[in-house]
Amino acid sequence: MREIKYEEIVKNVRDIIVYSASNLPEDALNAMKEAYENEKSPVSKEVLKQLLENADIASSEARPLCQDTGLAVFFVKIGADVKVVGGLLKDAINDGTEKGYVEGYLRASTCHPFTRANNKDTVGYNLPAIIHLDIVEGDKIDIEYAAKGGGSENVSRARVFPPAAGKQGVIDYVRECISDAGPNPCPPLTVGVGIGGTFEKAVISSKHALFRNIGSVNEDPEMAEMEDVIKLELNKLGIGTMGMGGTETVLAVHIEANPCHIASLPVSVNVQCHSSRHTHITI
Amino acid sequence: MSETYHLTTPISDETISTLKSGDIVYLSGIIYTARDAAHKRLVDLLDEGKELPFDVKGAVIYFVGPTPPKPGDPIGSAGPTTSYRMDSYSPRLIAEGLKGMIGKGKRNKDVTDACQEHKAVYFGATGGAGALLGKQIKSAEVIAYEELGPEAVRKLEVVDFPVTVVNDAYGNDLYKIGRAQYEVK
Repeated sequence: MREIKYEEIVKNVRDIIVYSASNLPEDALNAMKEAYENEKSPVSKEVLKQLLENADIASSEARPLCQDTGLAVFFVKIGADVKVVGGLLKDAINDGTEKGYVEGYLRASTCHPFTRANNKDTVGYNLPAIIHLDIVEGDKIDIEYAAKGGGSENVSRARVFPPAAGKQGVIDYVRECISDAGPNPCPPLTVGVGIGGTFEKAVISSKHALFRNIGSVNEDPEMAEMEDVIKLELNKLGIGTMGMGGTETVLAVHIEANPCHIASLPVSVNVQCHSSRHTHITI
Repeated sequence: MSETYHLTTPISDETISTLKSGDIVYLSGIIYTARDAAHKRLVDLLDEGKELPFDVKGAVIYFVGPTPPKPGDPIGSAGPTTSYRMDSYSPRLIAEGLKGMIGKGKRNKDVTDACQEHKAVYFGATGGAGALLGKQIKSAEVIAYEELGPEAVRKLEVVDFPVTVVNDAYGNDLYKIGRAQYEVK
């Protein structure tokens, strides 16, 4: 049994939150640079230039890339041979989240669903974090983190199709989602598509798909091909950077597929803005 | 052809008439911040016949909820939020004399109709460029609804704040024009 101190988890979580707010990960930065090179619209190209400049300023002056510093979302795998000493893993992640948002001068964007109040006693300081936990073999804790902004979350959607909808049904659904969203989710986008499973499994898979590095290839060749097809379709929409019109609307499409019920074809589309602040650490 | 203008607030009807979708504008002067919660309160005040916390005539409202400032800075990162959430409130403020709104994303017909009827424009700022845009804000002061935190109404002094005219006072929409140019049917 390996012992990991509660405080060590708190510190690690705090640090990745503060760092991610100002530093676009390399995969996202490279994808944005590539979009800048490829973009045919002069207006979108100009806005992409502004965004690359913004990434520069954010990183060199340690300012948040975007004022929407997101809700803190975690996918955590804890090894069965790990014992957290001094408290619960979930509490450590929440404590680290609070520290990160307060000490990093990040915006607390969590509120009560109806009163909209950010009350420290209940949901303040961006708590609770959204945590997806899994237990795996080994003696490590694997943490994937992303700061998820509201604008792109607001255009995300899910639906359970009849099986006859098939691949084309999924492609059409994703296209409709991104077309309707237009400029609102801050393109160029990463599009996470969860296919199969149950209703909620599809949704969580579409979220997790956004944590994958942009530019990585899907391990399933069938899904890899489908990702290419969808990306091509979406870039025909002409939305461009921030909806100004252009050829580069989508940086990547990531699919996570799961076996599903014989009666259903669940599909979820989770949208990520260009500020894809995600990171991965192992403790 | 897109033009570039340097404008100082408050903005006159005459100036609004010269602006066209696609024009680039560098705004200077005083602008006010408000998001959903603040908009609701502003419109409630109008409904009750009470005075607004700032003079809306000729004013520009920026849809933003900034990050907290670091010590010594006037404001943190401050890029635009998605504007449609203000659609149900904006026409009322436009009718009262609001001349400009800064945000990102589509507006509905009620807003663009109000822009035509009362001469107002909707500016787009670059979403996700919060660090860059925050640097164009020279001072910030909460003037109402402090308890709303990032959603409080702030009076900002901006210098050469870069925006693009999305919806002008003639019914044009840059999002539609731009997309139509690059859409592959």
